[in-house]
Amino acid sequence: MTVSAACYAESTHSMSVGDYIRGSQIWKSIFRHPAPYDRRNRIVVMLTNFFLHLHPVSVKQQGIALSYTWCMGGITFFLFLVETITGVLLMFYYRPTLEWAYQDILALRDVTTLGVMREIHRWGAHAMVITVWLHMYRVFLTGSYKPPREFNWVVGVLLLVLTLLLSFTGYLLPWDQLAIWAITVGSNMARATPVLGHEGPGFQLLNLGGYDLITSGSDARFLLLGSRFVGEETLNRFYILHCVAIPLVAAGLIAIHFWRIRKDGGISQPL
Amino acid sequence: MHVDPFIDPHPNLTPAVLQGLGWLYLVLSVMNVFWCARVLKQDEHVRIRLFGMLGKGVEIPRAASWAIYSSILATIAFMHMSWSSAEYIGKFWLSLTPDGLIESSIDSIVANPVSYFVLSIAGTAMMIFFREWLVKPTVGWIMLNVAILFMALSMTDYDFRQIVGKPDNVPIVALLYLVGGFTWLYFFHAVENDRRLENWDGEGAIPVLNNEDNEKVLVWPDLVYAELICMIAVTTVLIAWGIVLDAPLEEPASSAKTPNPSKAPWYFLGLQEMLVYYDPWLAGVVFPTMIIGGLIAVPYIDFNKVGNGYYVFKQRAFSVITFLFGFLTLWVAMIILGTFLRGPNWNIFGIYEFWDVHKLVALNNVMLSELFWVDLVTPITGFAPEYKNSDPESVKTLMILIREAPGFIALIAYFTVLPPLMAISCLKTFFHRMGFLRYMVFTHFLLMMAALPLKMVLRWTFNLKYLVNIPEWFFNI
Repeated sequence: MTVSAACYAESTHSMSVGDYIRGSQIWKSIFRHPAPYDRRNRIVVMLTNFFLHLHPVSVKQQGIALSYTWCMGGITFFLFLVETITGVLLMFYYRPTLEWAYQDILALRDVTTLGVMREIHRWGAHAMVITVWLHMYRVFLTGSYKPPREFNWVVGVLLLVLTLLLSFTGYLLPWDQLAIWAITVGSNMARATPVLGHEGPGFQLLNLGGYDLITSGSDARFLLLGSRFVGEETLNRFYILHCVAIPLVAAGLIAIHFWRIRKDGGISQPL
Repeated sequence: MHVDPFIDPHPNLTPAVLQGLGWLYLVLSVMNVFWCARVLKQDEHVRIRLFGMLGKGVEIPRAASWAIYSSILATIAFMHMSWSSAEYIGKFWLSLTPDGLIESSIDSIVANPVSYFVLSIAGTAMMIFFREWLVKPTVGWIMLNVAILFMALSMTDYDFRQIVGKPDNVPIVALLYLVGGFTWLYFFHAVENDRRLENWDGEGAIPVLNNEDNEKVLVWPDLVYAELICMIAVTTVLIAWGIVLDAPLEEPASSAKTPNPSKAPWYFLGLQEMLVYYDPWLAGVVFPTMIIGGLIAVPYIDFNKVGNGYYVFKQRAFSVITFLFGFLTLWVAMIILGTFLRGPNWNIFGIYEFWDVHKLVALNNVMLSELFWVDLVTPITGFAPEYKNSDPESVKTLMILIREAPGFIALIAYFTVLPPLMAISCLKTFFHRMGFLRYMVFTHFLLMMAALPLKMVLRWTFNLKYLVNIPEWFFNI
């Protein structure tokens, strides 16, 4: 007798809709085992579910105590997902051109259905900066960067930098006064990069037959902005950095960060 | 005085403000009711004598004082809500007097970089020193109440609301409370673990918090359910925040209209604040790189193997103190300063002060080379390291180097003399346990970190602008 036939045979007794669905071939093709109601299936679910296999099957109680972890790493990752989802939705409306950028944000505020996505995206971004700091704060205070987790701390620092860069590049996109002047102030620093900025110490070192190679049209700031001032090229550059380049790198590093948590022995705990 | 909010362009009190504050006081009152219940369960009493008027005195439960406090808060809450119409506002008394004693004394402290930094450093030091007193639940609770009451009272000031209520500044207020709360939580755990470790004979499992009966549990359901609840909570907060507070959108971008002040995004305002003390190549490029590099180096220079996986203070006092000063006073406090206190022309303003574009602050900063040559050497010897534009490059370079020699010598001494000096004195054990290379990396990051507060002190005491000032090469330190 095949499995489905057995189910059918069982269903001749009283069977709820839920049981019928869970007994169907479609359901069973997705979930290879019964619901995690007993110990065996609670273990199996962690091993067979793609999303859950991020976690181990079991952990020490202390390692997941909220007073210990503050949940800040988890919230940071969740906010990254929120930012990805709301960000993709916003990309359907927003056009990164001088002509449209501001108008599209205005429309998102005033007329677009679910324009609140922009609010969630912005507040989520601010919250992510804060939670990533607090995550680092607790990892430091619990000494969790110590061996064997040194390298994962390094990956974490890189993720912190990427979070700030994501927030910084996104700051320009509304193309209002707040945006361009914050980016102008922020990127003016690059002008003073030693050797590579045209107002930085030692920029004269890079010259060819007396002609400076580092000018306002070829220095570190120009590389960042794609222009001598914050303009349309900058908007395009920051848009691609914000929506594609940095998220891809961040996603890769997040994967490594999580992988290393498992490989370095799980959440840190007293030995 | 009757203040009509429709006439006064800068009203300290409006119906909406009072309504909002009413809700805030109500929440605080409810919080204290829960606290009161917690105290009542502990069943502790205090004896009230009233200067002998009650004979031997009467015993009342400690919870009684919290009950009285909660009911006062509830009364205040209802007072705000019921008197929030325009006609009552002129008679409303629970607000800060504009430019009154409280406002002006708080402003005179925060609107001065010297007292601001001294206060933030002293505050961190006191927190560490008095940590055992600080972590008493009652002390923590009173501090939270004071912080919220301070915020509530300050909201009755128009200028305070203008800064704190800016949509993009709201996260910083949240940051302030979160950092404070988590720092308290850290000390709460660390002090308890310190105490337990002191009485530990080294047998069995390390007796830190959460480590007794530390059994393994299944991730489903113990962790995944907690995560689900957390995700729902975060989503709810974000949606509520998004509905209540609109994301900022100012006028369309215009490269011709520079706002005053022009600020970087809030999380970079600590770096922008460094621009007051150091040139952009240092404050904007070298120091941020050093911060990242220093953070990356942390696990490789911390040779202390204990204190991994639990909150503790005594076992890791040096690293914790260094990090607390770095994070709390050099990062968070600088962001607060940059966001809330820096106004037009990057002048510093009090939290209750109007951002006056015409505020004048005397700038009379001097260079170290001026102090050395103009004030000290040239009047005596008659020699001045000067050059003419017609001089050959080599003469110019030589003169510049002679002119800036005092600064270069000071800097070289700072970075080359101090590390070996510390290696044979205060950091002797560090040097022995770290080895040469590790020790050198460590001291240089430490000296870099100390360079900021040191330059601040030099600025406040000698009005020193630059140690080394070579505008010819864009090289100023």
